[in-house]
Amino acid sequence: MTYEILLAGFGGQGILFAGKLLAYCALFEGKEISWLPSYGPEMRGGKCNCSVCISDEPIGSPQVLEPDLLVVLNGPSFEAFVPNVKPGGKVFADSSMIDAKTDRTDIETFYIPATQLADDNNLLKGANIVLLGKLLAETGIFTFETVRKALEKNTPAKRAHTIDNNMAALKLGADYQA
Amino acid sequence: MAVVFERPHALCDVRLHYCAGCTHGIIHRLVAEVIDEMGIEGDTVGVCPVGCSVFAYNYFNCDMIEAPHGRAPAVATGVKRARPDLNVFTYQGDGDLAAIGTAETVHAATRGENIVVIFVNNGTYGMTGGQMAPTTLPGQVTTTSPYGRDPRKAGYPIHVCEMLSTLDGTALAVRTAVDTVPHIRETKKMIRKAFENQKAGNGFSIVEVLSTCPSNWGLTPKECIKRLQEECIPYYPLGVYKDVQLEEANADKLAMGGAAK
Amino acid sequence: MEKVLMKGNEALAEAAIRAGCKCFFGYPITPQTELSEYLSKQMPKRGGVFLQAESEVAAINMVLGAGGTGTRVMTSSSSPGISLKSEGISYIAGSDVPCLIVNVERGGPGLGSIQPSQQDYWQATKGLGHGDFRLIILAPNSVQEVVNLVVRAFDLAEKYRMPVMLLSDGLLGQMMEPVEFPEISAKTADNSGWAACGTKMQREHHIVNSLYIEANDLEAQVKKRYERYAVIEENESDAETYLCDDADIVITAFGACSRIAKSAVNKARAEGIKAGLFRPVTLWPFPKKQLLAATKNAKAVLSVEMNMGQMIDDVKLALDCRIPVEFTGRTGGVIPSPNEVLAKLREMNGGAQ
Repeated sequence: MTYEILLAGFGGQGILFAGKLLAYCALFEGKEISWLPSYGPEMRGGKCNCSVCISDEPIGSPQVLEPDLLVVLNGPSFEAFVPNVKPGGKVFADSSMIDAKTDRTDIETFYIPATQLADDNNLLKGANIVLLGKLLAETGIFTFETVRKALEKNTPAKRAHTIDNNMAALKLGADYQA
Repeated sequence: MAVVFERPHALCDVRLHYCAGCTHGIIHRLVAEVIDEMGIEGDTVGVCPVGCSVFAYNYFNCDMIEAPHGRAPAVATGVKRARPDLNVFTYQGDGDLAAIGTAETVHAATRGENIVVIFVNNGTYGMTGGQMAPTTLPGQVTTTSPYGRDPRKAGYPIHVCEMLSTLDGTALAVRTAVDTVPHIRETKKMIRKAFENQKAGNGFSIVEVLSTCPSNWGLTPKECIKRLQEECIPYYPLGVYKDVQLEEANADKLAMGGAAK
Repeated sequence: MEKVLMKGNEALAEAAIRAGCKCFFGYPITPQTELSEYLSKQMPKRGGVFLQAESEVAAINMVLGAGGTGTRVMTSSSSPGISLKSEGISYIAGSDVPCLIVNVERGGPGLGSIQPSQQDYWQATKGLGHGDFRLIILAPNSVQEVVNLVVRAFDLAEKYRMPVMLLSDGLLGQMMEPVEFPEISAKTADNSGWAACGTKMQREHHIVNSLYIEANDLEAQVKKRYERYAVIEENESDAETYLCDDADIVITAFGACSRIAKSAVNKARAEGIKAGLFRPVTLWPFPKKQLLAATKNAKAVLSVEMNMGQMIDDVKLALDCRIPVEFTGRTGGVIPSPNEVLAKLREMNGGAQ
């Protein structure tokens, strides 16, 4: 089993963090992993994407150009990356941020108003995790418990209260039905 | 019969290559005497520059490292940070310290690097044959200022001690000369003070010694001393520009209600 | 030991501390930043020195000073910074001082780009400064290998009394992979026979120096160093091969680029093209013998690099024009895709599409 996952959006949307959670989940399950960020020189608001490869075999190129799974949080990234998704692949798009729809029929596209959902539930900046929740629900790639472990590993003690918020966001996404 | 004068142990028993009448020999000896008197030769590392004193590693009996041109304060920083137990000094000329090595000098000083810098200022690039140096006086003829240094074109000389005395990391910035016996004694006193600062962890100490260059000044050794006194010292006034030991002593006096001058 | 996820730059820093590195001198530059930030946090807690110098020039000279005392020392930078360090590197090589220099390569020339590149192959293997000298150049292609090679780098540096460079790039530096830290015995070689660490009044003074004013003396010194280089060429060259035995086309690629090449080889094999991969781990010494063995049955070689074609020179020299050598690659910080490499393999295989 090999998953090539691409997460894309603006800097500040938690793209790298969401990718890191997936990478840690894979680490706990003893998989081969690569996590590769790509971003502009701006600290905030620039183009930002993150390649995550998860496999039972050693990873060759760590750059995900034709993703199996695409998590996308803004319009420009949707335009840029949806055409490259592998046939049979899945797209998780934040429809609060993206107006466009794809006419590709060889992929499954989930439009989730992730930013809106997160805001409505007082989970500010939780859109990345909402989308991740949907990805977990649709692929079954990792359990919630594994993600919780990954959150615990990647959340500094003084921000420990955010773990429950993130778990709530995860559930919000997993339960969402269009 | 008692020996009343001998070569300091810290100075190797070899012939120096310096030109006749050059004052490098005196300054070498003063540094070596201080090392002897403090008994630190076995725990001292010297760093030599590029310039006339490039071969100083053959003259000092302690361990020595040869630095690239201008980089002696950085090399000394590396030695001192790796081995704080060692006493570290650099021995540099004016081109090395105040032109190509300005950044290394200023930053070693502002970091308060616990090192001693012996700065020999004779206002010329001696080894390459007498070119204009950062400390060449206005109007002075050199092989690259053949019409005399024109500050409008070649800029003004750098006053190193004055500049470094403005930095908080500098513990001692002092300018001396080796033209007279009292000045030579004063120079040695200041070199000792610099090494003592290092022992005490006070920070960066620089002793600038106004020196001569008979070969490139085109003067006899005696005429050189005369020029040093009449032209160089007035432009580069001798004296203590910064001395934290003195400042502390004064502060103590003030605290005790005494009169500080 | 438990595997952890780490960025290449951080893993490198951690490995250096575990390998007994006592001093780090550097200057900020992208994309090696995580390395110095990690060390600035860890070194003071673990008995080491971290110092941010005023310039790359100063940093490399601090390395000369610390290394000159026989202390394990390193610096790291990225391409433009390595150019600045080249003066000091030449002096360090000429003074026979061991140290580790890390280059996390980015695009050039000039200020270039901050994206990954391999444009410093020539600089690393042939032009790190003035004069006749070599550095051992190690080129890892995974975060785990970064760790392993850092340890080897320090050992080689002290064994042969010379600077060693670890050539990484922005991709390896920024990428996270699972990594394991082997039990490392951080035993530093006994450097007291040459280092400037104080005579204790018990021996002649040591002089760490690259100046030999008599030409004959300098020639003798350089020749002595070249005898050492010959031993290194004989004993230390290292390479990895992948599916080369029956390969018609052998790709040569190093560092991060070899990962892309490996993906391309797998894709090519899936369509019946007999491709293989030869990956030098040491760029100097270049693993000539291993390359000859790996290309025994090959009809052609393809050099894949993240530059305009630099290692290809060494590949051609090693093969001595026995078989054709072609090139494909991207430059300026662009990472070639496995499909681009695959297209070139198809073309070479006679079935251009």
